[in-house]
Amino acid sequence: MDRIPILKLRDLLLVSIQVDMHDRLAMQLQDELTAKISETGARGVLIDISSLDIVDSFIGRMIANIAAMARVLDAETVVVGMQPAVAITLVELGLNLPGVRTALNVDKGMALLESATPDVEDLPDADAGRTE
Amino acid sequence: MSAATDAVIPRILKTNEAELLDEWLKEQLTAFRPGSKISETELRGQSKEFLNLLQQATQAGHVTDIQAPSFGRVRDMLGDVSRSRGLQGFSPSETATFVLSLKRPLFARIRTELGGDADTLATVTWSATELFDKLGLYTTEVYQKSREEVIKRQQQELLELSTPVVKLWDGILALPMIGTLDSARTQIVMESLLQRIVETGADIAIIDITGVPTVDTLTAQHLLKTVTAARLMGADCIISGIRPQIAQTIVHLGVDLGAVITKATLADAFRRALEMTGQRQRALKPRA
Repeated sequence: MDRIPILKLRDLLLVSIQVDMHDRLAMQLQDELTAKISETGARGVLIDISSLDIVDSFIGRMIANIAAMARVLDAETVVVGMQPAVAITLVELGLNLPGVRTALNVDKGMALLESATPDVEDLPDADAGRTE
Repeated sequence: MSAATDAVIPRILKTNEAELLDEWLKEQLTAFRPGSKISETELRGQSKEFLNLLQQATQAGHVTDIQAPSFGRVRDMLGDVSRSRGLQGFSPSETATFVLSLKRPLFARIRTELGGDADTLATVTWSATELFDKLGLYTTEVYQKSREEVIKRQQQELLELSTPVVKLWDGILALPMIGTLDSARTQIVMESLLQRIVETGADIAIIDITGVPTVDTLTAQHLLKTVTAARLMGADCIISGIRPQIAQTIVHLGVDLGAVITKATLADAFRRALEMTGQRQRALKPRA
């Protein structure tokens, strides 16, 4: 059976959906990802859906749900690499994915996550910048 | 109608071909305005071919049924003539005159042929009228269709022409919208914008609506859809070129543009985009 791998990269989790997403797979991903976030204490989750050509309303909602759950577990989620056709479909379905961060590719998603989840060492710098 | 009367028309067409052609041409040339868009030689060629085909078609019987298979070539030829005249800018009546002007010479021939027999004359005249009316209507139909095709093609071209996506700066795209936004256009705009975002890796898209005459709830909804789709691809949108009138309409209609950044002019939007991508200093340096 297909499984979507969840890779740990420093304090981020990387999920790359490379297979056709079906409903049970989405449910499974939801379970495993939430478990993994609480297990590793990850600060950010990056979901790469660049290989996903087709979405339906269920998968669209699952993506939104996974992102919302990750946020509850204090991990910023970025959905990256959405295909134009998928974006148009989601909009037509009325699924705007409110509150989900998006980026064009993994590279930009990483940059976004890094700026959204500052490392502990960076914190004094950020404070110093603010007092100036 | 009997076979005997059915045979009259093809017979006349065959025996009087040359005279019919001459008289018909004269009719056509008087019907057209001077400085006609078609030369006499071309007209003669078309007329001759048509007479020939008509004679063959009517010989197979079913004189008034132009949908019959025997009329296939007549229909094709007539269709070609109508289509080319439609494209050359002939009016519908000028196009239909091609067929209808054959009536007078043909009726004259029928009368000389069947002079004594009033009954047959009436029947044959009637079936000839029916035939030519149908052919005339067919011409007009094809003419109309060819014009509609032209309009459709132009609409398509207009659609493609009026939705350019321009790269303004590294990571900044602009989409100057011109004309009314309907569903079909929104779809094309959305597709081309998203495609360009993928190609250029842009972070910001500026949608400039200076050229959009009116904004109603539907237009606003289309705009928001485009913005949302771009956001799903990881690009932020700025809507610029909002005229005072449009700002008033948007508020009166109760349209919620939500978190979308709006600017009055494209220049303001561009400045903001540069700030957002952290390129402001770099961009303004050469001018300083």
